[in-house]
Amino acid sequence: MNPPGKRTGLIWDEPLLFELHPDQAPEPTLGARVPSPARSAQSAQPSTIPSALLRETPPRIPDLSEPEVLRHYSRLSSWNYGVDQGFYPLGSCTMKHNPRLNEAVAALPGFAFIHPEQPADQVQGALRLMHELARALAEISGMDAVSLQPAAGAHGELCGMLMIRAYHQARGDARRKVLIPDTAHGTNPASSALAGYEVVEVPTGPDGLLHPDTVAEFMDESVAGLMLTNPNTLGLFESYIAEVAEAVHKKGGLVYGDGANLNALMGIARPGDMGIDVIQFNLHKTFSTPHGGGGPGAGPVGVKKHLEPYLPVPIITERQGRYDYDWDRPQSIGKVGQYYGNFGVMVRAGAYIRRLGGQGLAEASRLAILNANYLRVKLRDHFHLPHPDACLHECVFSDKGLPSEVTTLDLAKRLMDYGFHPPTIYFPLVVHGALMVEPTESESKETLDQFIEAMVQISREARENPDLLQSAPQRTPVGRLDEVRAARKPILRWQP
Amino acid sequence: MLFHPQSEADIRAMLEAIGVKDIEELWAQVPARLRLGRDLELGPPLSEAVVEREMLAQAEANRDLKHTLCFLGAGTYFHHVPNLVPALLSRGEFLTAYTPYQAEVSQGTLQAMFEFQTLIVELTGMEVANASMYDGAEATAEAVLMAGRMRPKNTNGPVLVSQALNPAYRATVETYLRHSGREIKTIPLNPDGATDLDRLRAELPGALCLVAQSPNFFGCIEDWPAIMAAVKDSDLVRIAVVTEALSLALLKPPGHCSADIVGGSGQSFGIPPALGGPHLGFLAGRDADVRRMPGRLVGQTADQEGRRGFVLTLSTREQHIRREKATSNICTNHGLMALAATIYLARQGGHGLLRLAKQNHELAERLKQKLAAAGFKPRFSAPGFNEFTIELGADAQTVAERLAGKGILAGLPLGRFFPELSTCLLIAVTEMLSETDLDQLVAALAEVKQ
Repeated sequence: MNPPGKRTGLIWDEPLLFELHPDQAPEPTLGARVPSPARSAQSAQPSTIPSALLRETPPRIPDLSEPEVLRHYSRLSSWNYGVDQGFYPLGSCTMKHNPRLNEAVAALPGFAFIHPEQPADQVQGALRLMHELARALAEISGMDAVSLQPAAGAHGELCGMLMIRAYHQARGDARRKVLIPDTAHGTNPASSALAGYEVVEVPTGPDGLLHPDTVAEFMDESVAGLMLTNPNTLGLFESYIAEVAEAVHKKGGLVYGDGANLNALMGIARPGDMGIDVIQFNLHKTFSTPHGGGGPGAGPVGVKKHLEPYLPVPIITERQGRYDYDWDRPQSIGKVGQYYGNFGVMVRAGAYIRRLGGQGLAEASRLAILNANYLRVKLRDHFHLPHPDACLHECVFSDKGLPSEVTTLDLAKRLMDYGFHPPTIYFPLVVHGALMVEPTESESKETLDQFIEAMVQISREARENPDLLQSAPQRTPVGRLDEVRAARKPILRWQP
Repeated sequence: MLFHPQSEADIRAMLEAIGVKDIEELWAQVPARLRLGRDLELGPPLSEAVVEREMLAQAEANRDLKHTLCFLGAGTYFHHVPNLVPALLSRGEFLTAYTPYQAEVSQGTLQAMFEFQTLIVELTGMEVANASMYDGAEATAEAVLMAGRMRPKNTNGPVLVSQALNPAYRATVETYLRHSGREIKTIPLNPDGATDLDRLRAELPGALCLVAQSPNFFGCIEDWPAIMAAVKDSDLVRIAVVTEALSLALLKPPGHCSADIVGGSGQSFGIPPALGGPHLGFLAGRDADVRRMPGRLVGQTADQEGRRGFVLTLSTREQHIRREKATSNICTNHGLMALAATIYLARQGGHGLLRLAKQNHELAERLKQKLAAAGFKPRFSAPGFNEFTIELGADAQTVAERLAGKGILAGLPLGRFFPELSTCLLIAVTEMLSETDLDQLVAALAEVKQ
């Protein structure tokens, strides 16, 4: 591999939208023209609205032509790195290939242009798709029933915790605490708190796993449940999961499974067979829907029978081939969002599941595990691996052994100069200076080898020429950005 | 497999490098009794051509709005989506990027989100906006939680909610608050369809916040200056909700009338209805409250050479840093939908957006007149934007079903949400409808009435 040279791609110097035509005087004739059957709309103020309720001046948004807008955002896009551009081993995020079939079918007018308040008999195809997706997710996870309503993983967590709350309340059993292992995603404690619970952190053992004895010590009748991720954020399968779940159930608690890492388990093992009572799915991770630079995702929740009455309303039912919304569910926690969930994301996930079938999904998990272990073994002589055993879909290195003047952040920024997106850094919190690598099944051995070579070279650079890391990145449109300055005096909008 | 690039030889070489005989050895940690031991029953893999054909058939089993007359609104509006929007959204650089944690390789997303925040500030008249929420309902629930953080001493004061708040928004607020012990009090409406300010004044003592929507669920424009004047001596947090964001181009923004938080839906800005999602939630506030806001914020900064750049900032509010003490649990938001709205607004421009808003309003007024001439009176007299409620004098559900059979989505029958309005229909009018379309609706309603 060539070390990064000076030549780079074309880099545009693109101003903000509001700066594109600094000298343009406002011209009411500019801006998108309305194909107007209402010709008079051009001039008069509306006569039926009192002037005190009208805006005094039009919103200050520049009036541009379509080619100008197209070029502005095309240029901005060139400053971005997506999984389409290259390897994106962002741990816990499952940045797998996003098949373009998904995009094509989601854009079909029969899916994109249907109104949520249309009568059920006009959207039978859509309801069928949702019903079938819910069943497929139940089969993959071993759960009994699924709601597709939550809009993202954290939203699914909140929904799940509210169901746990409703379950205990229905039994007249007020419980106030939730146990969360120290390896958990930050959303887990935040979702528990939002559901009104006090969070109690449970330590994992030196092997990185949660132990039933530890959990039993923390369990009593004040604990509503345990929230855990399996495989956990170290990429390790919680081998004692069944015993841990038993310890929780024995005291009347329930087990919430964070499904963010489900890409490791499809066709291998099912959360529902391990004692987990409720789980969320991240369709934008496991089921290949694009992340869109921050969403939208979708976070359906699956539950065991005893939690089914509490699912959000409505749920999609099927009777003799006819699909409908069921709103009549008196024990439901209610609504967590405006409608039925992110349907457009469900269409994409549905296409992916049909395309791969049961075997293909299992193959995806197998190869994700293979890729992660290949990286683990090839990098372990160069970077410290706190948990050296076989991992599942991701592995986590620490900064132990790096020269003291070099940080995990420097290393991540230097990877950009080699053309890679950095892994997740400084998470999980239990690993010092963590570097969390999740390759997914979508990468070839050649790509992994290139990444390994870059990592090995960077580890050499760290010792021989640390300045290369500290001054990285050099090949990006901007150099390392000052985050402290951004937070100290926040500038959160453009001002003339 | 098509999506998996590893050859058999690659797999063998990788297994050898790892030092195992087969992949199964890699999940030795999974106890044998927890393994599935069978194939998932999801059918065989299918070719792209087959899945495409199947899903096309499934899509065609739905009646799409492009082939019908749509007067349905009620929080989701059938506006034109300029082709520029999906064309730009489909660029892999935007589409397939993750949350921009690594700013130097994410300047495209970050600058666009900074533009989005600026646009929402301009439209709402507020001072700061976040980089999106899931939808208007969740944004409203988060706004109420934010109000709780702004008044930490008010631990159990009620949340005052206008009766004309979208019922799905109300239901979502209820779900988010159920365990908190806070009461939700409904402020009823005047006969003209706007929130009753006398009843509001009576409920002010001790209240945490007011949640009111304009144009409200029945299509009536709320008098923000009057509402704000009614609560001006109270300590309550004033939350304004907007479900038809296009109205912000024409109507006085709540931020110009001393609202503390403005939240709502941006679906009208270039986002297809898609059976209700993904849409776009937005949330805007005052600078002084920025550290109490939920969600991601993009801020301006510079690199070592002084070049301007953008980063995610003030993240000490967020779950990945603060965990259970975070202002919200939100992580993944609706970034690509925020980008859609940004591109849409850039294409419309300020004047274009205003013209579109006026056109929507005028078409709605014209339909109101035509309906009145045919004997259908508006249920409420308060002024509206592009949506209004009419009295049918017959069961609205039945009428809507009969018109649906004729290819006309006449509007939303209100009986499901408000039993006392079971003879009323909520009708929305957008630029997608022509004069002829309006006449068709009037004729069809008149026919049913006879």
